[in-house]
Amino acid sequence: MVVDVLYFAWLRERVGQARERVETGAGTVRELVAELAAKDEWHAAALSDLSAVRVALDQELADLDAPIANAREIAFFPPMTGG
Amino acid sequence: MTARVQTDAFDLGQEMAGFGQGAGAIVTFSGLVRDEGGRLVALEIEHYPGMTEKALDAYGREAAARFGLTDWRIIHRHGRLQAGEQIMMVATAARHRAAAFEAAEYLMDWLKSRAPFWKREITAEGPGDWVEAKGADEDALARWQGTSCNPAD
Repeated sequence: MVVDVLYFAWLRERVGQARERVETGAGTVRELVAELAAKDEWHAAALSDLSAVRVALDQELADLDAPIANAREIAFFPPMTGG
Repeated sequence: MTARVQTDAFDLGQEMAGFGQGAGAIVTFSGLVRDEGGRLVALEIEHYPGMTEKALDAYGREAAARFGLTDWRIIHRHGRLQAGEQIMMVATAARHRAAAFEAAEYLMDWLKSRAPFWKREITAEGPGDWVEAKGADEDALARWQGTSCNPAD
């Protein structure tokens, strides 16, 4: 399965890119995170503290143990600071 | 009943012209960029295009249903905003003031912690730290427990 992975704010800076297309066999977000973190040191650094990482599946907030199912766009970002 | 995400400034007076006609109470809130005692020149606000618009619209509809609003408006800016500039506004209209006030607070609590915006400080030296989320904002959300704008919450 191919998914678009997006990064925002300091996650984007640490990974070094805003989006990438990834071929994955992950069943859950947590499994995808493990695959991404194994890619290189930048991904590993960005995804090292999961308590500071939030996730959206196809633009809906989700948690780390959510099944990826048919999601095509998976975004990782820090806790939001709007308002 | 609209939500907008934009880089441009907005004029509160213009936004309120014709808003909430027939309501008994209108509450508006606007948030400004603080200079934090002269330390900050500006904020750079990043967002998640696509998700942001959907989230703001969902929060507006949720607030309207919960508090019986007759009208609502949310505007949130992104990009580089100088100290003193308006970042965002919410307006709520209802038959009575309690609902209008409560709905405005409810919307602000959701926007602070669940709308996909991220602020970075810009000082005289250039881009600085990303603003960290506050535990107090998360606590503020907890008081509305029992309703949710998102199945994940």
